[in-house]
Amino acid sequence: MTDIAKLIEAVDKADSADKLLEAVENLADTHSEIAIPTLIQVLGFNNPGAAVAAVEGLIKIGDPVVPYLLKSLDGYNYGARAWSLRAFAGIGNPVALDLLLKAAITDFSQSVRRAAARGLGIIRWQKLPPEKVFPAQQEALKTLLVATEDGEWVVRYATIVALQTLGKTQSDFVPKITTKLEELVNKEPEIGVRARAKLALARLQIS
Amino acid sequence: MKGEEKSISSSEAEQLTVETAIANLQQKSDLGARYYAAWWLGKFRVKEPAAIDALLMALEDESDRAPDGGYPLRRNAARALGKLGDKRAVPPLICCLEFPDFYVREASAQALETLDDTSCVPYLIQILEGGVEAAQFVPGKPHLVQPYEAVIEALGTLGATEATPLIQPFIEHPVDKVKYAAARAMYQLTQEAQYGDILIQALSGEDLQLRRSALMDLAAMGYLPAGEAIADTLAENSMKLIALKGLLETNLQANTSALSEDNIKIMDLMDSLL
Repeated sequence: MTDIAKLIEAVDKADSADKLLEAVENLADTHSEIAIPTLIQVLGFNNPGAAVAAVEGLIKIGDPVVPYLLKSLDGYNYGARAWSLRAFAGIGNPVALDLLLKAAITDFSQSVRRAAARGLGIIRWQKLPPEKVFPAQQEALKTLLVATEDGEWVVRYATIVALQTLGKTQSDFVPKITTKLEELVNKEPEIGVRARAKLALARLQIS
Repeated sequence: MKGEEKSISSSEAEQLTVETAIANLQQKSDLGARYYAAWWLGKFRVKEPAAIDALLMALEDESDRAPDGGYPLRRNAARALGKLGDKRAVPPLICCLEFPDFYVREASAQALETLDDTSCVPYLIQILEGGVEAAQFVPGKPHLVQPYEAVIEALGTLGATEATPLIQPFIEHPVDKVKYAAARAMYQLTQEAQYGDILIQALSGEDLQLRRSALMDLAAMGYLPAGEAIADTLAENSMKLIALKGLLETNLQANTSALSEDNIKIMDLMDSLL
């Protein structure tokens, strides 16, 4: 048996939450494409610790994960869908753009909205055909501007981070993003989030 | 407490208004509705004098009794009063610190912590008399003879420096949660790094519940050196983000510029957890 097969078997055979977490971490550390189906399976186990490790592993493997993840989306229960969205957000493949646009403002879970908003800032636009880049970025901007009104501070925080990264990749958006960030510096109720808006402004001005 | 909140159905929440909640709390026939109304007034921060009056009445209730002899309505009323910020609640809550029901005493100490009124300090200190030796489990119960964790945390939050000699020995208490409460309070009262470091060590403990509770303690303390240890803790990112936000806020409230090096470091850690 290969080493990876042994690690996969350890995930299948884990009979406690701790053992499962350890097995998933070990498997995720291989960064191997052979691990993809098992890691995706773990997202449905209703074990948050193991799911976090699996998401991190899938993000590290990156693009090869995308077709597997898309295929499994429909059959998933709500919890697993949320985890897979987080994996998509981290991988940054534009195939998931529509999923992220929707999740960032409509998902019921704040941690999914948070990850989706963050994900909209780190999409690798160069993977799109050149003529599609700007319209897609405009979609992302539109959604992020709406997400700055989210009821949860952590989603607003993630949105600010995403606006900063989006502004760094598309300089045409900087005036619009700057206006929004200045507005947030004045009216955002949470001082921690306000501080992040100030930092985003400073980082955009350096560019 | 969280479990109780979750068990309340959302359809009930939609039906209540401020008026009906207060009315439900004042009537005596439907105990479930009274219990729920007390929680609801706190949850939705209903600060009207009539709501406070009704909650203060509920704090003296005799009719709602649990099978173990406890007073569920009084517990909920104390928790709600802690959320509403009306200092009229302070003297009655101080009286509750001597009440036979452990959970009423615990809820009252927690409420007094948030009401920011130091007149309760001597009464909280009294509970710690007897020291670690007296702080034993009640036979057959999952709790100690007094709500030490809540009392020590309240003294720390209220800045009761006169309590430090009494709190300090609780660093050695065998119950981890009490030990960590003492470390948190000692840090708040002395600003000595040795106490903050006890909680950093707690972040690498075996038990997830304790790691979570150490995260929340460090957030409340705003202990800056904990930043990276928080980010590396084996716990949900959402918890770690809340803890780091606590650090950031404490530092911002200390009038440090939002873009100081320390603050940027915390925000970079937060960014990595989104």
